[in-house]
Amino acid sequence: MGYEIRKEGNILIVKVYGEFDLHAADYARRDIDSQIRAQGVKHLLFDLGSLTFIDSSGLGVILGRYRKVSESGGRAAISGTPPNIKKVMEISGLNRLMPFFVDRASAMLELG
Amino acid sequence: MIRNQMRLEFLSCSENVGLARVAVAAFASGVDFNLSDLEEIKVAVSEAVSNAMIHGYEGATTGTVRLSASLSNEDIEIVVEDDGKGIPDVEQAMLPGTGSDPERLGLGFVFMKSFMDEVDVRTEVGKGTRVKLLKSLPGNGNADKFVKN
Repeated sequence: MGYEIRKEGNILIVKVYGEFDLHAADYARRDIDSQIRAQGVKHLLFDLGSLTFIDSSGLGVILGRYRKVSESGGRAAISGTPPNIKKVMEISGLNRLMPFFVDRASAMLELG
Repeated sequence: MIRNQMRLEFLSCSENVGLARVAVAAFASGVDFNLSDLEEIKVAVSEAVSNAMIHGYEGATTGTVRLSASLSNEDIEIVVEDDGKGIPDVEQAMLPGTGSDPERLGLGFVFMKSFMDEVDVRTEVGKGTRVKLLKSLPGNGNADKFVKN
């Protein structure tokens, strides 16, 4: 699993590649939290367009970051959910907490 | 009748979660499970192995996790075992969102039950946990769908 983190305006964009599981969860959590603090952003966007696998450990990282930015008055969103992980997303209930967008541009428009 | 079988034993290091699910998915691809079935099996294995590491061994990387899978004409049976601390209340553990950690969804067993046809948990506090996952073969497991390599 890999990810790119970059800031666009008031939004931190986390683009996740590959498999997001227990092994990836710990360092992803640390890196994202550290970047939220360092960049001073308000909102968070997870771009999952290049994700190939996710389980409850990866989803837990997303949920935890959603809670953090929400507590600070920000919003979090998800874009580009691949078809093979849609069922996991639905069962997790994350789609009832966070808005899902088909692509990053739509999400940026909403968050920005 | 068992048509094929595999066993794997590894340390409770998180990098082995991927090894476990890929091994089982490769094993299961010997029959014509579709891609969606294989994805579901991968999630269920990932959850069972992650549970062994997170809850059974409480994050220690020196525990042993045993994984086995067997393929019959009817189904695939996957067993994940640890010698960790066990689960004091299995019914409670199977409920969604029951964990105390805000970073975790508490959906491990929910995913296992959603994606497999049968989930059986045997556990003894202080001794360990054995999770059996069963999924029927496509078309209820016709023998002629088995692919010999």
